[in-house]
Amino acid sequence: MDLTYTAEQNAFRAEIRAWLAANVPATRLPSFDATPAGFEAHRDWERKLNAGRWGMVTWPVEYGGRGLDLIQWLIFEEEYYDAGAPLRVNQNGIFLLGPTLMEYGTPAQKARFLPAMANGDEIWAQAWSEPQAGSDLAAVRAKAVRDGDEYVLSGHKIWSSRAAMADWGFGLFRTDPDSQRHKGLSLVLFPLDAPGVRRQPIAQINGEIGFAELFLDEVRVPACNRLGQEGEGWAVCMATAGFERGLMLRSPARFQVAARRLLELYRRHEAELDATVRAAVIQAWMDADAYALSIYATASRLVAGGQIGSEASINKIFWSEMDIAMQRTALSILGARAELTRLAPDAIEEGVWLDSYFFSLAGPIYAGSNEIQRNIIAERMLGLPRA
Amino acid sequence: MNFTFTDEQAMIGETVRSLLAAECQGSHLRALMRAGATHDAGRWRKIVALGLLGSLVPETVGGLGLSACDLILVAEACGHAGLPEPLVETAGIALPLLAALPDSSRAAAWLARAMSGDVTIALGHPVNPFVLDADVAGAIVLVVDGALHLVESAEATLIAQPSVDPFRRLFSVSAPTSAATMIATAKAAAPVLAAAVNRGALFTAAQLLGLAQRCNDLAVAYAKERQQFGEPIGSYQAIKHHLATAQVRIEFCRPVVYAAAAMPPDGGMHAKARISHAKLAATEAADLAARTAVQVHGAMGYSWEVDVHLFLKRSLALANAWGTPLYHRERCAMRVFGAPVGPAHTFAQELRHD
Repeated sequence: MDLTYTAEQNAFRAEIRAWLAANVPATRLPSFDATPAGFEAHRDWERKLNAGRWGMVTWPVEYGGRGLDLIQWLIFEEEYYDAGAPLRVNQNGIFLLGPTLMEYGTPAQKARFLPAMANGDEIWAQAWSEPQAGSDLAAVRAKAVRDGDEYVLSGHKIWSSRAAMADWGFGLFRTDPDSQRHKGLSLVLFPLDAPGVRRQPIAQINGEIGFAELFLDEVRVPACNRLGQEGEGWAVCMATAGFERGLMLRSPARFQVAARRLLELYRRHEAELDATVRAAVIQAWMDADAYALSIYATASRLVAGGQIGSEASINKIFWSEMDIAMQRTALSILGARAELTRLAPDAIEEGVWLDSYFFSLAGPIYAGSNEIQRNIIAERMLGLPRA
Repeated sequence: MNFTFTDEQAMIGETVRSLLAAECQGSHLRALMRAGATHDAGRWRKIVALGLLGSLVPETVGGLGLSACDLILVAEACGHAGLPEPLVETAGIALPLLAALPDSSRAAAWLARAMSGDVTIALGHPVNPFVLDADVAGAIVLVVDGALHLVESAEATLIAQPSVDPFRRLFSVSAPTSAATMIATAKAAAPVLAAAVNRGALFTAAQLLGLAQRCNDLAVAYAKERQQFGEPIGSYQAIKHHLATAQVRIEFCRPVVYAAAAMPPDGGMHAKARISHAKLAATEAADLAARTAVQVHGAMGYSWEVDVHLFLKRSLALANAWGTPLYHRERCAMRVFGAPVGPAHTFAQELRHD
């Protein structure tokens, strides 16, 4: 066990820190979920990152990455969040579909989709959930009917993040009409501007259009847009879900920066606050560091050739609950100012804590609700019987 | 950066785990309890035979010269077994303390005897109001006016302070001290006592981690077996979610304890904070897992007959051993409010000038 960085790792940290210092926009970009202008500003940022080969440092060089290991990825993320760099508008692509493509994609699919993804030319949305298939994802009804060299997609997808403005979707479809549950499903990639796709933005709790409904009416896509074998879509999706809940989507640096901002907020208002708030601020530091230590341990294990297991579900419960606790502490510090929006002259930090609080409430729901994660832990990790 | 144990470290942990799985089962603990004893001499001999007592003692004085990382899985295994004998207290805390006093021939002599397993050393550290196992120890280390004294148990006056944990015998200790019993002056004792708190808190955290996992293991096993409404109760989500919640807490305690083991026990603010973080996280995990185990066992969990209460009581006792949660939270506060925090500071340590 050696919990110190190598000279090479320190040099890498210095390199990314210098690049970010020179390139991160001085003012916060407008939300990518509110307006097309905000969305495009984030797309431009993705292109800038990619031009510096900083888009996805763990990807192979041929797809725009640097072929680095997970420890270096963690260092990248630490510097990225430390620098206050923009959120990743293409996170569904680069963090979820990208790794899945690397694992299941044909060489042609990788060449077709990964470079465009890395450059932000194609921003991705996930199209899995349906009105009757939420936590019970295996109840998917949307179908992909084979017709020669094409699939014809029909159905109703919902809660699709970024889909209001994204370019492409990766959806779970029933390719075998006689199949039940987890069998007979396939993952198919489709352009969101294809004929037959109608998008209906859904306003979120904060008023922004962070997700959309997708109505698919005989949308034709080439059969080579299927990722993985026909009928094996469930396994492909579960691999993606592992990336989503686990290592990639919520890197620890995000929460360590949030804990530090909470600490700074506390210090500015310390005179008005009692010991319970102080204890909660200390707890935020502990929890964010515990999450970081856990991810470093997992990354070390994976770098040494290990496999990821139930960490994905465990991690998701921990970070989502930690996030809510931190945001609630922040609101308790703001007191009567907690309800002020960015439009209020007396709002603290332009009401950003309110935004973060609302967003934290989504954490235990998306990427598989925490109730489902607890079932997964109980059944697969603890070996308890299925109901 | 490599946050994994070496094969040797894993093997040492596994050796102790398998010995205790055979020698320290619930039935053994109950037999000991019925006999009104806290230690099993036969088991202690087997533990001594592992040769681990001098793990943290330098090779120059007959020890193994290992580090806390080498012993942390051992402490976790002892917690998991609810081991009554003082392997952790001896190898992890008392002997490194004596080994840190090379100028005292009295300390050296007792260190040699204790490393052989012939006698145990009880430790009266100011952070703990009572002394554990003072009645069976050959000698007791006490702090008087900041100085360290080593007195033979026969010369000490012990007032029993019965603990709820049937395997922890606590005492208030007083003894005549003199220049002859002193093993370190107040000045020399201070850093030694500080390191002892760190080792004590670290290895107690590891035991609590093991205890937490044991409680969840017991509850999971019971939930698979116990049938109600025609199904094992573990098939119901209400039970599953309790057990999953406890397991999440355990999993996020584990890396903190392991990272704390990699910090220097004589380190400054950063080491103290991570060790205190580990103690707090492990206390929370053990508390939650123990209470969950009682709940999942239902009325059986509230009974004397089921083992759960033994681990609940050990968790309760260790929660305040080697520093209360309040004490450790303040050590974390020193770090949080006293040095930069954030993603680049997870593994921060003071620069060492030695």
